Amino acid sequence: MKNSNNKPAILETGTDNFGECPLPITGHETVQLAHGSGGKMMNQLIDRLFLWAFDNEKLNQLDDQAVLSIKGGRLAFSTDSFVIDPIFFPGGDIGELAVNGTVNDVSMCGAKPLYLSAGFIIEEGFPLIDLKRIVISMGEAAAKAGVKIVTGDTKVVNKGQCDKVFINTAGIGLLEGDYEISSHNLQPGDNLLVNGSVADHGMAVLSRREGLAFDMPIESDTAALNGLVSQLLQAGGDAIHAMRDPTRGGLAATLNEFAINSNVGIKIAQTRVPLKPEVAGACEILGLDPFYVANEGKLVVAVAEERTQAVLAAMQAHELGADAAIIGKVVAEDNGRVHVQTRIGAWRILDMLVGEQLPRIC
Amino acid sequence: MCLAIPGKVLEVYEENGLKMGRIDYAGTVNTACLAYVPEIELGQYAIVHAGFAISIVDEEEAQKTYEVWEELVKAAAEEGTDIFGMPLDEKEKDPSKRRLP
Amino acid sequence: MKYLDEYRNPEIARRILDEIHHVTTKPWVIMEICGGQTHSILKNGIDQLLPEQIELVHGPGCPVCVTPLEQIDKALVIAAGEDVIFTSFGDMLRVPGSEKDLLMVKSEGGDVRIVYSPLDAVALARKNPDKKVVFFAVGFETTAPNNAMAVWQAHREGLKNFSILVSHVLVPPAMEALLSSTRNRVQGYLAAGHVCTVMGWEEYIPIAERYKVPIVVTGFEPMDILEGILLTVKQLENGTATVENQYSRIVQREGNRPARDLIGKVFQISDRKWRGIGEIPASGLTLAPKYQEHDAEIVFDVSALKVDEPAECISGEVLQGLKKPFECAAFDTTCTPQTPLGATMVSTEGACSAYYLYDSTSLKKAGLASQETNK
Repeated sequence: MKNSNNKPAILETGTDNFGECPLPITGHETVQLAHGSGGKMMNQLIDRLFLWAFDNEKLNQLDDQAVLSIKGGRLAFSTDSFVIDPIFFPGGDIGELAVNGTVNDVSMCGAKPLYLSAGFIIEEGFPLIDLKRIVISMGEAAAKAGVKIVTGDTKVVNKGQCDKVFINTAGIGLLEGDYEISSHNLQPGDNLLVNGSVADHGMAVLSRREGLAFDMPIESDTAALNGLVSQLLQAGGDAIHAMRDPTRGGLAATLNEFAINSNVGIKIAQTRVPLKPEVAGACEILGLDPFYVANEGKLVVAVAEERTQAVLAAMQAHELGADAAIIGKVVAEDNGRVHVQTRIGAWRILDMLVGEQLPRIC
Repeated sequence: MCLAIPGKVLEVYEENGLKMGRIDYAGTVNTACLAYVPEIELGQYAIVHAGFAISIVDEEEAQKTYEVWEELVKAAAEEGTDIFGMPLDEKEKDPSKRRLP
Repeated sequence: MKYLDEYRNPEIARRILDEIHHVTTKPWVIMEICGGQTHSILKNGIDQLLPEQIELVHGPGCPVCVTPLEQIDKALVIAAGEDVIFTSFGDMLRVPGSEKDLLMVKSEGGDVRIVYSPLDAVALARKNPDKKVVFFAVGFETTAPNNAMAVWQAHREGLKNFSILVSHVLVPPAMEALLSSTRNRVQGYLAAGHVCTVMGWEEYIPIAERYKVPIVVTGFEPMDILEGILLTVKQLENGTATVENQYSRIVQREGNRPARDLIGKVFQISDRKWRGIGEIPASGLTLAPKYQEHDAEIVFDVSALKVDEPAECISGEVLQGLKKPFECAAFDTTCTPQTPLGATMVSTEGACSAYYLYDSTSLKKAGLASQETNK
């Protein structure tokens, strides 16, 4: 879970029953799509409802995974649900995404992912051949990532009660080193690295969305990052302070979560952020800002200056990091904010979006 | 208002009686209505707004503008400093390290 | 991308900036009319690099922002109707009506869809003969030919289930309304490059003469905008007031003739309300009588709907350049992109939203930036 505030606002108000819960959250009396878009509305929902109701120190960390100390060992535990439209898209499908997404969430604290669960909610009438294709792709993705799907659940709902198929995966992994890799652990002076071009996934999916279809020769970047992470840990060791995969809400959301959770400032050089020309073109057509577009095979790493080159080299040596780049640094000013130096040398604030980014004409 | 971007015409065809085209934007290709630029030819650049080409890029004019700008750069280079008063030859090329005054 | 990247060159941008610093001797107030230019200015941080004497005022050129509340409310009524597929450009979906927005209608079961081109909406009408397909036809002169073509095509094909909800506005009457106001501060204009791509720039000549203001037709990339500002400042410093065309690679004097012709056939000029400004005579378009069977206001009988704008929102003054977004008591307090009071906070083109998203210096100047804000 991700949010914008260490301390859930609701915990400070002293309210102790649901009747006093400060809903409606943003003037909405019903859940809106924006509540799930990785932006501010989602953070408010997490902040004011889930954290309030579930209040515990692990959840309140708001990392992509919980790190649990059990009998002397440390486990990483994470879950994610996948509801993508379309379910088959250039470069992947919902099944592959469901495996990789949870593998990545578990990996981002430095853990080695081991086991996954898979829960399916399937719409009545969904073609079995499509389900087979999805499940085969999950098996292949799990094998590739070196994890096993060891438990699962299947539910079928009436036609119209879900859209084709929804998949939930949960994963556990083992933390072997004594790493403290967390979005709360960025230090001024750290450099920020990304392992390749941004916005590929989001634009690949949009390119097949009804009503917007365009031909972009770039596929989704969906990939399990655990192999890359283990290389980075070898190269960077405890100089790696934070890692996160910038999925929904894009690079902007991850950088803002870093800045807020660690109470530091972040400066990014726009021209250093890798972006494929075709993806840039697709973003221009629809008026979208690639900083806010989802990725599924990218990670952002905060690493101390002295190990930066080693980590960059390790990234670039890996097949998932050939286009890796240093995109910015952590500073001890403007805490909680992300600033981007624009192409012409000026600065702008890179905020989180409120809701979904919508195609625009103007 | 009015997001419109330049793209190169790859293909021209007719659909429902309208002149249409496939337009290339740095490798990503989308369709656009070409009815308002009937004279457009393959390989030319159109400015496309909300699915319609509304103008053909005038390559000669674009070149002219650019030459004027290049002159500006040259003239400034002869003066030896940029707008921030930094000597041009020592100027930091790396934008992430550049500091504004 | 060719014809985009060249105009984002930092070296050349600095030379033009250098030139602007060089020629500026007095304070000047310049308005960029177009929201796309506002977006580019703030996204690239152009305002931070200009001499302090130059004040940029963000004009009313965002069709999303100036669409009046009552048109939004009409859209909401129509979109919630049975057997309706309501189509729109993406940026209209979050614009607040009196009580909700189109996204909320969608979450309540309305069939609301984003389209990229108005012709996509016509295609939907062709494919769904048993549904009423409505397109929310907002925009300035740039979008008018597209929407005109959609209606013309639907009419030609006999698609009686296709209609548009028109909220079309025109730039020159709004400019004149601003210029003739006694509170006007604007001394020079960057005219909207893509509006002029369609309409040409001849209609700006009498405005420049009558009000003695320089008007420079300007593009959207950083160098275009910088050059537009440079040309405007030069005119202001020299005391001239003519129309110049910075965006000559795209804009021709007479505009796009076929596009203007079809606008003239399908639409007719009418009075229009502008959100935040009020009604401006002859500042909009409605469908010509021949095409009224495609007018959603008539088809769905919503033309009588009248709605007043919220009192605390100063978007009208922002659009007129009389106030900056952060001078509003509601800015970043009760009014955020999450809970917008006025449309200038809704569209990312809107001046308030653009300030909220991108601008740090102006906030700092106003002493409003605080690290605790955690926006």
